[in-house]
Amino acid sequence: MNQSDFLKMVLPFKDKVFRLAKRLLISREEAEDATQELLFKLWKTKEKISDYNNIEAFAMTMTKNYCYDRLKSKQASNLKLVHTNYKEKETPLDKKVEDRDSVNLVHTLIESLPLQQKIIIQLRDIEQYDFDEICKMVAMKPVAVRVALSRARKTIREALIKKHNYGVS
Amino acid sequence: MELANIEKLVEKYLNAETTLQDEKTLRKYFKESNVSPHLQEYAYMFGYFSNTMDETFAQTIELEFKKSKKSTVKWLSIAASILLLFGIFIGDQAYKRHQAKKQFEQISKGLRLLSLNLKKGEVAVSSLYVFQNTQKNK
Repeated sequence: MNQSDFLKMVLPFKDKVFRLAKRLLISREEAEDATQELLFKLWKTKEKISDYNNIEAFAMTMTKNYCYDRLKSKQASNLKLVHTNYKEKETPLDKKVEDRDSVNLVHTLIESLPLQQKIIIQLRDIEQYDFDEICKMVAMKPVAVRVALSRARKTIREALIKKHNYGVS
Repeated sequence: MELANIEKLVEKYLNAETTLQDEKTLRKYFKESNVSPHLQEYAYMFGYFSNTMDETFAQTIELEFKKSKKSTVKWLSIAASILLLFGIFIGDQAYKRHQAKKQFEQISKGLRLLSLNLKKGEVAVSSLYVFQNTQKNK
């Protein structure tokens, strides 16, 4: 396998790796560094790549584990403080300011979810993986994945309703 | 899609019982502008999910080994600490040499003083000899 073959192979999922890394590490720079490093690691194991039947799932698992390690390390915990000044980029949904605020609020709400729920909601609602794949990626049983996902969705919804009713926005 | 159906789907969605196909249906429904108010929060959720999909990894992928900024910093700090240790070592040596020189000067000053006084004593003693000799000759 040469470089261009490899690049072609990772093209469909490099963004997913990046988005998962960003979800977990929060800062864009951290996520970019992580993605570079993960793809580089993957490239180094290129001899073994053909042995994996699902390279994308393997890459996502790798991403999850890598980010866990990063979060555990002191460096990342120091960075956490800095990244609260996160800004969501402009979206076509900007029609109404209130709408945009509420959409951005979803981001904050997901950020405050437990780590596992964060990963699962990212994999399901954003990347739209099926349950079998998610189970493999997070090494959890299907029931546990469903419970976590349901909890995450309910938490977000309830928080949105609360915000709406109190009319804070 | 009828509202009743959507409501049913949304209920299933909350319990994580929807299939990917169901979720696609929901996504499509909530993208449309006239969402009924009691389902508004789902519009925010699905709106956010779709927006996030637009985010891409725009950097070029580096497959050559490249020293990251972090490792450069690491090496720099190692070099700096070696330099510091070396500096302390050199400084300590210079200080010791200085100290030794000072000591040497002090000792030699003392010795010089001693020899000076000894000489004075010698002169005095030699005059004693002269005195003794003259007494003998008497």
